[in-house]
Amino acid sequence: MRGHSLTQQRPNAYVPHEAEIVRRVQESSTIFTLYLRFTDPLAHASYTYDPGQFNMLYLYGVGEVPISIVSDPEHEDLLVHTINRVGRVTRGMEQLREGQRLGIRGPYGRGWPLREAEGQDVIVVSGGLGCAPVVSVINHMIRRRERFGHFTIVQKVKRVDEFIWPERYERWQKVPDTTVLVAATEGSANWRWQVSGKIKVLDDVVVRSERTIAMLCGPGGFMGSAAEHLIANGVPADAIYLSTERNMQCAVGHCGHCQFGATFICRDGPIYPYPKIRQLLTVEGF
Amino acid sequence: MSAAFLARDDLQRLIDALRREHRQVIGPQVRDGTIVFDALERASQLPVGVVDEQAPGRYRLKSDGSGRCFAWATGVQALKPLTFAPRETLWRAERGERGELRFLDTQPAVQPTAVIGVRGCDLAALHLQDQHFCYGAYADSYYNRRRRALFIVAVDCAHPAATCFCASTGDGPAASAGFDVALTELDDGFLLRAKSDRGQELLDALPVVAATDEQLGRAAGQHAAAVAAQKRALPGRDLRQALFARLGHPRWNEVAQRCLSCGNCTSVCPTCFCHSEGDVPTMDGRQVDHFRQWDSCFTPGHSYIHGWIVRGSARFRYRQWLTHKLGTWHEQYGRSGCVGCGRCIAWCPVGIDITAEARALVEGEPDARP
Repeated sequence: MRGHSLTQQRPNAYVPHEAEIVRRVQESSTIFTLYLRFTDPLAHASYTYDPGQFNMLYLYGVGEVPISIVSDPEHEDLLVHTINRVGRVTRGMEQLREGQRLGIRGPYGRGWPLREAEGQDVIVVSGGLGCAPVVSVINHMIRRRERFGHFTIVQKVKRVDEFIWPERYERWQKVPDTTVLVAATEGSANWRWQVSGKIKVLDDVVVRSERTIAMLCGPGGFMGSAAEHLIANGVPADAIYLSTERNMQCAVGHCGHCQFGATFICRDGPIYPYPKIRQLLTVEGF
Repeated sequence: MSAAFLARDDLQRLIDALRREHRQVIGPQVRDGTIVFDALERASQLPVGVVDEQAPGRYRLKSDGSGRCFAWATGVQALKPLTFAPRETLWRAERGERGELRFLDTQPAVQPTAVIGVRGCDLAALHLQDQHFCYGAYADSYYNRRRRALFIVAVDCAHPAATCFCASTGDGPAASAGFDVALTELDDGFLLRAKSDRGQELLDALPVVAATDEQLGRAAGQHAAAVAAQKRALPGRDLRQALFARLGHPRWNEVAQRCLSCGNCTSVCPTCFCHSEGDVPTMDGRQVDHFRQWDSCFTPGHSYIHGWIVRGSARFRYRQWLTHKLGTWHEQYGRSGCVGCGRCIAWCPVGIDITAEARALVEGEPDARP
């Protein structure tokens, strides 16, 4: 892990810090984005992170949830978290407004292999609503476009209403040397992208060389199929990275909930090179 | 290291010496039909003449009429509750008039504690929990404080229960590491050996004499008998590959028919470390205690993630527990997570036997390769 966070320097990694919601954006009926600043200016100034790492956000009196950091550490001052309202804590967090406070501790886990990707072709594949963590990685690369080779962005959804940021994908289509592929299992009258099932959209991905790195995010079965497809098409297995998630409570490798085989997702993940989790990724019950 | 002999009548002087050096002394005593570790002042509080009868799904105490204090194998809990608290507050949050939040670290008040009567299996388990909580990237200060306050007096196990298999895991029946002083109980007294400097200081303060060859011979015979008495065994020390080659084995289904998913095995296991966190707000909402408490991989909530449960059946939960305990522990902490104490066998309401399940699995056919 690069950099030092305030929580790592403190003796107790379990205790959150207060942060203020500076801005709030409703992205869809269930998804919202919070722009956060630590209320202690020193804490804010000394907090650093890598794209793909996550924070534990704490809703007062309710509990904590692990949420990916989607801001760009080199270009944004505020910490940005895009949150899908799916459970008890996120339902409550959805009610928070600008100026209100929450707790935050982190960053935790291993981020995306952005250094390794420089000079290589990059394929980013996301499935369903798992797209928020990869949007940050796409933004990161678009902002530094000249450092990367050919860029392929793939987004697969089941229903068209899961495709929540169409304007971003349209914008990325216009970036030089960039291919954008979007597909839904069930289309609609206004759907201007592909209609295809499972991972068929990956048939259109062209792997130009072995110097290709792939970053995947989505349900386990989807990522497993996508990874095997990419390997069959010439992407080295150890150049494929997957973003995983499980129940997390402590985020420091102690509480045991996020164990995936021998690894703790909070500490060894949430982004893994494929060979590390290949054996268990598609085994039900792990 | 030469052994010293302490007469049985002088056992109280050992307890008194511990009480002088430590704020509290904890020792085994009979309560609620089992043996528990609790505050101890007098040698007479120890389980004198008490033996435990253990079998799958069964634990009973009875008297053997002897004067021995440690003629039993294990109580319901090892040292785990002393270091990894079953429930404790981690921090407190306060909300002010304008909605501002303040977070307060709530470290436990810890006092120097001596524990007497610790078994080899439980010391091995303590060492495993130390690795989990103390030596990773993040040291757990709650566990650390309690752990570092302990002074440990081990007692070699001379009476393994029918559920015990520490000889097969290499963790008993004698205490071999991780203690300050270890005792071997004989009919007329105790052989003492010190491991740490503090342990030697304790010995120096006691009216001990050099152990005789005859006493050492009796201790060795007792140890050999305790090893020979163990009929259960795991089918190997490293079952990682054997188990992960059989994730589709029908035995997982079969054991799931019997398993109640009650979590008794995980709560009596001295190495299980899973815990959950939660909030308890005060009635006026101005303050919240954020706590953690022991959790079990046998609950549906353990693997819950926004709308689905990763391990929705007993088959997946038992498989998670066993493949972790006997398999992936090796990658995490360099050895199996089982120390052979047998508690999960005795305290399982339906008597599921980890050694029998492991044997049935590894002796079965591996999964067909896809």
